[in-house]
Amino acid sequence: MIKGSFYILLFYFLGEMVSLLIQGFIPGSVIGMILLFLCLFFKIINPENVRVVATVITKNMAVFFVPAGVGLMVYVELFSKSIATIIAAIAISTVLTIITVSLIQESFERHHTKKEPDHE
Amino acid sequence: MNKFMENIRPFINNEVFLLMFVMGTFLLGVFIYKKTKITLLQPLLISMLIIIPFLKLTGINYQAFYQQTRILNFMLGPSVVALGYVLYEQIEQIHGNVTSILTAVFVGSLVGIFSVVLIGRIMGADHILIASLAPKSVTTPIAISLSEKSGGVPALTAAFVVICGIFGGLVGPIILRSIGIKSKIAKGLAMGSSAHALGTARAMEMGAVEGAISGLAIGIMGIMTALLIPFAERLF
Repeated sequence: MIKGSFYILLFYFLGEMVSLLIQGFIPGSVIGMILLFLCLFFKIINPENVRVVATVITKNMAVFFVPAGVGLMVYVELFSKSIATIIAAIAISTVLTIITVSLIQESFERHHTKKEPDHE
Repeated sequence: MNKFMENIRPFINNEVFLLMFVMGTFLLGVFIYKKTKITLLQPLLISMLIIIPFLKLTGINYQAFYQQTRILNFMLGPSVVALGYVLYEQIEQIHGNVTSILTAVFVGSLVGIFSVVLIGRIMGADHILIASLAPKSVTTPIAISLSEKSGGVPALTAAFVVICGIFGGLVGPIILRSIGIKSKIAKGLAMGSSAHALGTARAMEMGAVEGAISGLAIGIMGIMTALLIPFAERLF
């Protein structure tokens, strides 16, 4: 538990450092995720060290959004004037993104398995 | 009534009560969601819909609430880092799919940005609003810096990112089911690239593969969007 927390925070910290170097172009948490992945992949750290903590916190991510979600109450007045535009833009664009991404990936996979039926 | 609120406020405006309250409302949300199986009744949404009126009623302002519960917000960072482990566990899944993953997310980012610009233009939104909306699909830290650089309002963007995440997390699984997507990679990729960490939270519910790929998609989408926005900016 303590070992796992230490490793997660260590990689978060390293990610933040790299993020500072590239002027925040990519957030520290995302860089930390990539670094942790690379260190596990190249067997620099033992997966057992982070398994429990990583599994627990990723299984319950949604609860961490409550403070940010409640923050919407502050902004409601700020964008009440353009509410229709905002809702239309977010809704339509999000639906289009979901459809585009999933269809492209799925068609790639189908194509792949058709061409090489005995692959894997 | 007001006098009563004044008297009880010290007991509820503190870390212990508010954190317990967040967990309690979320737990209630999980219970309702599991009982009803209605996708719209997400625990996060239920929790928010109880907490917001509660804060209004008791006169606790958002800054105070945020201060007392900021440990939860802090945990967003470590949970994204921890996705690196989930990704490692699922690595065989990605094998042979690198090109398709990059292509899908790149086109998805393109579609996401340009549809916002188009809809914004049609509905008469100004440059500031469009610039604030454009990076809505990426994780908050990236979105905020992109919004700022392209002339948007970071605070508005932060709110749009949350709205987009809630919406994407809500409708994502429904859309994927209705268009008949079978591939776990496609599902995870769509959730993470459209609704960042909130989409990933939902993807984790679908399965470990979907969750891991979704976590990966957050990073790729962030990078692609950061690269595309400077080009799209002149259209805002």
